[in-house]
Amino acid sequence: MHEMSLAQNILDIARQELQARGCTRLTGVHLRCGALAGVEVSSLRFGFEVLLQGTPDETACLEIEEVPLRLRCGACGAEFGGEGRLALWEPCPFCGEQLGHEVLQGKELNIVAIEGT
Amino acid sequence: MQIPVVRNVLEANEKMAAQVRERLRGILTLNLISSPGAGKTSLLERTLRDLAGEFRMAVIEGDLQTDNDARRVAATGAQAVQINTDGGCHLDSNMISTALDALDLSQVDILFIENVGNLVCPVEFDCGEDAKVALLSVTEGDDKPEKYPLLFNLARAMILNKVDLLPHVDFDMARARAFATRLNKELAVFEVSCRNGEGLEGWYDWLRRMRADKARG
Repeated sequence: MHEMSLAQNILDIARQELQARGCTRLTGVHLRCGALAGVEVSSLRFGFEVLLQGTPDETACLEIEEVPLRLRCGACGAEFGGEGRLALWEPCPFCGEQLGHEVLQGKELNIVAIEGT
Repeated sequence: MQIPVVRNVLEANEKMAAQVRERLRGILTLNLISSPGAGKTSLLERTLRDLAGEFRMAVIEGDLQTDNDARRVAATGAQAVQINTDGGCHLDSNMISTALDALDLSQVDILFIENVGNLVCPVEFDCGEDAKVALLSVTEGDDKPEKYPLLFNLARAMILNKVDLLPHVDFDMARARAFATRLNKELAVFEVSCRNGEGLEGWYDWLRRMRADKARG
């Protein structure tokens, strides 16, 4: 259940950014979450809701864009993409190697925009 | 108003981890991660006793509740501090920073962080360590590296514990080793028994090499 501490981090960062711009109310956060970020999205949403309950920001929404994997083959070095985290174990479409792919994209967990008034 | 920003959600942890790393300059710091019951504390008890004449070692113990493990490792004479996470599934760099205040770091060559027993969440949180060490026991499934790839991908060493039980279990050593080392070509693998001491010399040699590298900066 480390999603609760992630939700708290998200709120801390969002409020800090809002304050720096003279806003007082948080209305939304846009997140980019990699397929291999180790985040259970439904738990994160739950944590976010629980932390906002009873605060003026209660109605703030959390938009999560899931970032697919981008891999470099461990054998031939070709780059390819894939859906979901299991793509890490898929054979390379160019040479068939199944393991040892390097993750170029898909581990990130970033806030990309915050909305407030 | 929409504010475009790009900020890593784990940035607070990563900043604190950088500060911890700075405080621990010159001290080899290893973050020990496994499922509950794989033998992290037993490995530490053995290591602390067997290498007591060579290195000054300290342990940060992470558990949900109790200081049982800190008392076990303190009985070896090493410095030990307990962190209770009260249900939290991992240690983070802020907890480590607080725990360091309770240790005399001028008297430490190697610091072990025994993380909360869990193969998922602890992997995400940098504690300021030099390397993660994965521990797996042969009473678990040999497909753990397949199920929890991130840990075995990031770890520098994997210890396969309880090999004295191999005749009684169906653990396929070759399968566990093959998958883990294909995930991570640099992974050092040690087959050990903390119960009878088998195989521990390889792990100790690795610690000596890591400590020498660290001391050289």
